[in-house]
This record gives sequence, structure tokens and C-alpha cells, in this order.
Amino acid sequence: MKAKSIKVDYLARVEGEGGLYIKVKDHQVVDVKLKIFEPPRFFEAFLRGRSFREAPDITARICGICPVAYQMSAVHAMENAFDVKVDGQLRALRRLLYCGEWIESHALHIYMLHAPDFLGYADAIQMAKDHGDVVQQGLSLKKTGNELAALVGGREIHPINVRVGGFYKVPGKRELAPMAEKLKRARDVALETVRWTAKLPFPEFERDYLFVAMRHPDEYPFNEGHLVSNQGLDIAARDYEKHFAEEHVEHSHALHSVLRGAGPYFVGPMARYSLNFDRLSPQAQEAARQAGLGPVCRNPFQSIIVRSVETLYACDEALRIIDEYEMPEAPAVEVQPRAGSGFGWSEAPRGTLYHRYRLDDQGVILDAKIVPPTSQNQKVIEQDLREFVPERLDLPAEKLCWQCEQAIRNYDPCISCSTHFLKLEIDRE
Amino acid sequence: MAKKQKPKLAVWKFASCDGCQLSLLDCEDQLLPLTDRIDIANFPEASRAVVKGPYDLSLVEGSISTPHDAERIHQVRRASKFLVTIGACATAGGIQALRNFTDVKDFISIVYATPAYIDTLKKSTPIAEHIHVDFELRGCPINKEQLVEVVSAFLQGRKPNVRPHSVCMECKRRGAVCVMVAHGTPCLGPVTHAGCGAICPSYHRGCYGCFGPMETPNTRELSAAWERLGVKQKDLVQIYRSFNAYAEPFYSESRIHESKIH
Repeated sequence: MKAKSIKVDYLARVEGEGGLYIKVKDHQVVDVKLKIFEPPRFFEAFLRGRSFREAPDITARICGICPVAYQMSAVHAMENAFDVKVDGQLRALRRLLYCGEWIESHALHIYMLHAPDFLGYADAIQMAKDHGDVVQQGLSLKKTGNELAALVGGREIHPINVRVGGFYKVPGKRELAPMAEKLKRARDVALETVRWTAKLPFPEFERDYLFVAMRHPDEYPFNEGHLVSNQGLDIAARDYEKHFAEEHVEHSHALHSVLRGAGPYFVGPMARYSLNFDRLSPQAQEAARQAGLGPVCRNPFQSIIVRSVETLYACDEALRIIDEYEMPEAPAVEVQPRAGSGFGWSEAPRGTLYHRYRLDDQGVILDAKIVPPTSQNQKVIEQDLREFVPERLDLPAEKLCWQCEQAIRNYDPCISCSTHFLKLEIDRE
Repeated sequence: MAKKQKPKLAVWKFASCDGCQLSLLDCEDQLLPLTDRIDIANFPEASRAVVKGPYDLSLVEGSISTPHDAERIHQVRRASKFLVTIGACATAGGIQALRNFTDVKDFISIVYATPAYIDTLKKSTPIAEHIHVDFELRGCPINKEQLVEVVSAFLQGRKPNVRPHSVCMECKRRGAVCVMVAHGTPCLGPVTHAGCGAICPSYHRGCYGCFGPMETPNTRELSAAWERLGVKQKDLVQIYRSFNAYAEPFYSESRIHESKIH
């Protein structure tokens, strides 16, 4: 009997530490394990006893790539618990900050982490030797995203300006004006990015996914909305745990999420896009059509185009917000803590990020639960590989390994986040 | 004449959020020029290509929190000529060092259904507690200009120009209003290591100490000033006990206020 294994000990160009193990027996994939050995850091444990005010700063430290997502989900959960409504320009500024993180994170993944796979380079620096202008273009886009996040948030990694109720300080309209000029250039680059990614070579691979993402009556989702699926789910944040369960498996420090009664599901740009195409700006919709994407995308390798479309949208949306901005009278609304539970979510660049807190009457955290996007995608990634590998078993080992890595990077996994959360091994028998 | 080989750079990750190593990729304008002068030989977050060691410069992110990592850091040291730790996790144990004040077993059972799958150490500790470190760069996250300065200094064979004074100095230089004097907002700036550029005070917020303690901080006097502003003992414990909780001056000061609660 011929046995073989594919192993990637330390998966590269993902955020955090993980690997892959695939076991093949008689041309059948018998086991796929996305291994996550990122050391656990126990955020949900040490949040107990801390003040609600600290939650945005502490949970930001779960992930240096998407700290804004953690801050947003945290403040929404707290405001839900205290029945505080943040709207108007303060709400718009939160959306603007989130646009900065989406542009930065998506540009990083498109140009530096994912594109090298399609073109056969080990990294963006090697790629820059032959495609210097392309990499420069990606870096300029990324830089604009960072500058926007730093302008609203104080700094791009672990912003300091976000608080429950709003911000510590809000920018004047004139402070935002120079940013608009940069965003107009970024929008041109983002449009060019959609065109460029559309020309990359894509493996034929589609699956009938269960997509889950937020949806809002008028907007492409960042901070607010119901959670919906392409199979009829439509719930508010407080009902999340009734519908979703987390399982602890031995090969992962990241808990695996499932939709009760349905199993594994897909979160992130492709799910968001497929459930919210009609909420994109007209320019982003048109760019997607020109790139050959329908209103639903089922090829995870094409997520690189979807990310580009979302980047274009984020530039459009940021420009709209800046154009309509009027400086609010106060940087935050007043918050009075009270005992109870708060539920919140938002759309991180990688997918839906859920937070739930139970608090006492002083606003001290008694209990916390955080479900990051990558832990929700673990099972879908494993399923993708079970279908992807069998048809490619005749490839040379190194090539097969690389393609498996690429299939994982389709999800832009963030392992630091999901550990509570990657290494590749393929075992052939 | 043979072409001179470029020095080799490696980036290592232990328990962390990846934010400090991301700072290197966030140097958008300097990144490609930097690669003309230094070979990025081992940086898994950015590349699947690995050039074998030894490495001329290693940047280490993250704290030691598992038995495996406690072994691995020695391998990293052996493979590195010059080793720099980057960020609060690597220099002080990070936010995950909050376990050092309690029993980690309680933490595991709060987060994980099957604690037996989890292999972790009782404490999260800074890198320098395990190996010799040549230079420590502070911050949660580090400041990317300071990171470029450290790498440039290494390439030029000089000491990095990273000042150990307090955030107050940066605040004054920036011309920001003192939030503590003018608004009575408690601020950790007087005892916190410079490097961020005094961002929080310039956003009308008190410093929360993410760069850790400065050289010889007077935490006693600052705590007394906070108490005069009406800050309670239990809140003083928490303010010192965040991203640099296990850095000695903050550790001791939080213990003092903890003892006053009971």
C-alpha cells in the first residue's frame, strides 16, 4: 500500500504560527489537519475583573493586523450592554477608521502575502525584482490605509483614540481634507488592482459554500447589521451563541466554529461580497463586473479579486464620509455602566468578529467571549483541501505543497487572532 | 573583486499579536531600499523562502510562554550574531503575563473545553530572562521609525539612538498640553519610556504605559499624585498591570497597591 504525507511545518505569509498535515492513502485524502500551535494567550480569562473602558485597548492586542476590528466589536458590545447609541458623525468616523484598516490589511494580503503565489515568487521582495511597479503600487495603497487609520485612530497598530461611546478626540473637517487627496489616488490604484488581480491565473475550483456575513439595510457592512447566510439565517448579535457552537480539537489552539445543524461555514471577503453585492458602491460593482465576477463568487482563489473590489469600495466610502463630515460637538457620548450582558460584532478584514461580555453594575467584566474570523474558517479550509488535493496528487511534492499553502492563504488566515489559533504536513499512504 | 555579501536578517515570533513584525512591512517607503542593504533571510510572515543561518541580525517578537518556546529561543540565540527584542511581549512578557499574577490553570479552563490539549508555562516571560539580548526596543506596538533606526544603526555598526527618557519629554517637545496638570486626567507619561511620540496626550487622553517603564521611574510619586486625583487602589493596580505588567518597576508598584486593598 502506498502511503504519502504532505507536510508544511511552518506556514509562511500568514499572520501567526500554524502548519498543515494531509494524509493520503490509495489516492484518497484520509486526513487534513490545519494545525495551529500559536501559543494561547488567554484573553478571555484575563479580561475578567477589568473595566469595560479597557476592553477596546486590551482586545486590540489580540491582533496587530486588525486591531480596529477588535476595538469596534468591543465598543459595540459594551454600548449594547449599556444601551448607548452612537450615531451621526461619530458613527461615520468609526466607519472611516475601519476603511483605513480594510485598505491597509487588504493591500498587505493582496500584494505581499497572496499575489506572490499566483506568480511563483517566494515573497513580494522577490516579486519586486520583476514587477517593481506593481509592488510599489501595492505599498502605496497600504500606506494610504495606514495613514487614514493613524489620522483617526492616533496610530495604525493598536490605535489609541477609540473608546466606548466614541473617541477621545475628533478631527476637524480641515484635518481630513489632505487625506481626501491621498484617497483619490488610492482609489485609482485600487481600481487598477482589481484589473490586475483579474488577470492572474486561477485554478478551476468552486464549492457550494455556506456563506455567513453581516448585512445592513443601506450599507456594505462594517459595524452594524444582522448576521445572514445564503441559506436563510438572519439573526441579531444577541442570538449568535444560540446558532453557533465552538469545538475544541486537539490539533488546534483555535476553537473550531460550526453553525448548529449546518456545520462548517465561510466568513470573510468572499462571503461578505456574495451576500452584499447590491450594497457596494456603483463603481465597485462595475469594477467587479469588468473583472468577470458575478454577484456571487465561489472560487476561493478569486478572493484576491474580491479583496481588491472591497479595497476600492473602502476608498469610495472613506471619500464619501470625508465629503459629508461635520465635526461633532463632543468626541463621545456619555456612558453609564449597568449590570447585564452586551453583544457586538463587526466585519474585520478577514470576516465577522463576535464579542460578548457580561458586566456588573460598575462595568467590571465578569465574563468574556470572543470569536475571531479565522477560527470560524478553519473547518472550511480543511474541507477545501480535501477536495483540492485528490485531483492534484500527481504534481511534484514541492508544487503540491505550495498549492496547498496557496489554498490556505485564500482565507488570509490570522492565526494570532484565532488562538485562542497554522504548520503543513501531507502524509501519503 | 567578489561582491560583498549582504548581512542576513531573521524575524522570529513567539507569543504575540504580530503587530511589531508588521511594523517592518509597514515601513512602506523604506522596505524595498532596505532590502538592497540587508537580506531578509528568514521572515515567515513575509516569505516562504528560508535562507539557513547563522543570521547577522535577529529581531525577536513575543514572549516565552510554552515549554517548546523556552527551548526554541536558545536555538534562535545560537543562530544569531546580534539579537534585538522588539515590543512589550519580548521585552516584558506582554499582556499575556497577566497570568503571572494568578494560577494559569484557572485561565486554561476558562478558555478551553479540554485543558489537557494545552501545553503552557505558568509564566509569560521576557526574552532576556532566557538568553542574552543585545538590544531591547520597547512599545506595544514598537514605533516603526525606531525600528528603522535600530536596523540602520546595526548596518552602520553604531549604537541605536533610542532615548530612555519619559513620555513627558516627548509631550513637551510636541507642544501638547499636560493632560494631568491642565485637566486632572491621570497619565502614566512621567514614568513611561519614550518612543510613541506622546500620542495619547495629544489626543486628550492620559498615557496608559504601552512603552513600559522608563529608566529609573519614580512610580511612588506618580501614584501619590494619582491618589490625589481620587484614583482608587484597585484602579492603580490595574493601570500598572497591562501590557508591561511584568516589567519590574510596574510589577512592584502594582504589588504595593494590591497590598493596600486588603
